[in-house]
Amino acid sequence: MRTILFFLRKEFEQLKRDPNLIRLMLIGPIMQLLIFGFAINLDVNSVPIIVLDQDHSLQSHDFIARFENSGYFPIVARVNRLSDIDKYLVRGDASLALTIPPEFGKKILKGEPAQVEAIVDGSESNAASVGLNYAAAIVAGYSQEVLLESFSRRGFGELKPITVTPEIRVWYNPDLKSRNYILPSLLGTILTQATVSLTALAIVKEKERGTLEQLIVTPIKTWQIIIGKLAPFAIIGFVDILLALGGVMFIFGIAVRGSIVMLLLLSVLFIFTTLGIGLFVSTVSSTQQQAMMTAMFFVMLPMNFLSGFIFPIENMPAVIQGVSYLLPLRYFYEIIRGIFLRGAGLTELWPQVLALFLFGVGILTLSSLRFRKKLA
Amino acid sequence: MISRARIRPIIRKELRQIVRDRRSLGVLLAVPAVMLILFGYALNYDVKHVPLAIFDQDRTTTSRELTDGFLHTEYFDKVATLSSDRQIDSMLVKQIARAVLVIPVDFEKDLRANRAVKVQVIVDGSNATNATAAAGYLAAMAQDYSTKITLEALARSGISKPALPIDYRARIWYNPELTSPKFLVPGLIGFILMISTVISTSLSIVREREKGTMEQIIVSPIHPMELIIGKTMPYVVISLISTSLILFTGYLLFDVVIRGSIILLFVESLIFIFCGLGLGLWVSSVSDRQEAAFQLATLVSVLPTFMLSGFAFPIRNMPVFIQAITYINPARYFLWTLRAIILRGAGMDVFWQETLFMVVFAAGITTISWNKMKKLF
Repeated sequence: MRTILFFLRKEFEQLKRDPNLIRLMLIGPIMQLLIFGFAINLDVNSVPIIVLDQDHSLQSHDFIARFENSGYFPIVARVNRLSDIDKYLVRGDASLALTIPPEFGKKILKGEPAQVEAIVDGSESNAASVGLNYAAAIVAGYSQEVLLESFSRRGFGELKPITVTPEIRVWYNPDLKSRNYILPSLLGTILTQATVSLTALAIVKEKERGTLEQLIVTPIKTWQIIIGKLAPFAIIGFVDILLALGGVMFIFGIAVRGSIVMLLLLSVLFIFTTLGIGLFVSTVSSTQQQAMMTAMFFVMLPMNFLSGFIFPIENMPAVIQGVSYLLPLRYFYEIIRGIFLRGAGLTELWPQVLALFLFGVGILTLSSLRFRKKLA
Repeated sequence: MISRARIRPIIRKELRQIVRDRRSLGVLLAVPAVMLILFGYALNYDVKHVPLAIFDQDRTTTSRELTDGFLHTEYFDKVATLSSDRQIDSMLVKQIARAVLVIPVDFEKDLRANRAVKVQVIVDGSNATNATAAAGYLAAMAQDYSTKITLEALARSGISKPALPIDYRARIWYNPELTSPKFLVPGLIGFILMISTVISTSLSIVREREKGTMEQIIVSPIHPMELIIGKTMPYVVISLISTSLILFTGYLLFDVVIRGSIILLFVESLIFIFCGLGLGLWVSSVSDRQEAAFQLATLVSVLPTFMLSGFAFPIRNMPVFIQAITYINPARYFLWTLRAIILRGAGMDVFWQETLFMVVFAAGITTISWNKMKKLF
């Protein structure tokens, strides 16, 4: 017991001498949180449109007003030629162009079908498909009304449209802000970034310098070395979690619906997993550069992209969904979102907690065994 | 002053060092293409097959007609039929369903009596992007259904086959299938180029500083400029090779056809690579240790390229001061240029300003870091 205490003291002393590293481990996450927090916004609240009205009749104005008044399609410009549309769409200033042919009004009055075309910039597929749906709904609503009006005029009496309106109620994130979904997950992202790569680097560095070998000839046992090396990073990781949680709650005002204590406890469980992964990376790398490349490309990027941080897992093809079950970050994200947004507790989240636990135990055991073999 | 004869051995040394570390070389060359495959399939905003639970309180032919209309599309899959409103909560908390459609009692009766009917849809909004898309589909489908029954009612009251007054057509430009990969491939190229240039150059230089081998080089007759050129050249070549691999993979697997000029694309990539190398030099001039260099490189390359370039998050949604930052981010301009070439087939006349900015950025950052570097020698 005394050996490990002394050893821990030495490790912390060593870390204290390295204020640069500590600064990086604390400033990095804060920067990330701020940039992510302010920059992430996938909400399709409005689709900027341009209008090419070749008719300028009462009817065409009325039709365009439907779009304008929907609150969904701000008109950024009115153009006079078809060739102007390209300019706006290429520049990305507008996402949709509404074109109304000449004689639109006349045709409507006569009851002939008038053609209306919407040109959508498909390069941003998300905004495009949402925009198309709303545009289609507006056009259909207008057409239904025009039809009924024309029949009333022809003496069929007062006809009312029969409508089925969906009354949409949104639960858990009623403002439909993508930020509320993505930001809490930053806890997991930041933790992975801070702990995996730095743990791996710190251990590989000692390997490179030969100081790890010096440790072996001392009476310290391997498990004590592992604990001593990992403990400082566990603490820094926990501080990072507290910083990130504070930032998400107080800077960005996203409240935790569930229990904060449980969230913190489960974060500790996750820290063990990431430390285990960091240790594992260190056992398969012989230089710092290798460790970084491995941590970056084989751990951080796949984990961040495939665990549902920004791109929802449910939208992925089945094979990749299968792969995502092998990533511990997936479970941690589900736990964070469950607690943050839906106020879920252990009754709902136990499968994820169990998976995370098993994964943590597994990776820590595996990498400790590898670590011992490498040293022996 | 600068002699090719002296640069060549440095390049050779650097290349040998790269080749000896197989894993890092493999990572630099092949991983970008693998990432494209993985992410091309995985990163997807296209919302389909939303799990939908149905609580039909009416249970009539008409109500079934409505729900069938919803389910006959690829957008919704029925996962459960509910019998009481208490079940709605557990459906959504357990995430069995992402949306619940509630049809009121007397749905059919009201419609027959020409009364407007409201159906309720409860959407799990936690994933706002998917929820917005689902709400959009529902709105469009409900409108379709309304139009259909209105026409039917007209037909019943004796008007023969009324036609809709507006013939609405939607045309999609640039990415007609509305798939995400086409949108993301240009972004991935920028992302990967940035990571490989900034991280690998800064590490390769800082490594020498850390090990003290830099001092050995300094006392040799090699000019610092020669050293830098010799050390960065191999990464320029590697980056260009991995760009080609990404483009080829994109073409093979995701049908990403380059509409514009491929030469122009490589010219722009080269300019961007120089921006990355300049940033890498800057990182190595201010960090004396590899882990510090790594953290800093991540902060100046990965983060802005991913977050502030319009790769995954539309810039026009960002608050103004963040938008202002994106203007000094070369990745923003590179991405824009790449998308213009690949998706829209645009030429230099459209993006000469962007290109000019990248050139200025590359020259500026290289000069700044060069001056900082010089003091180290």
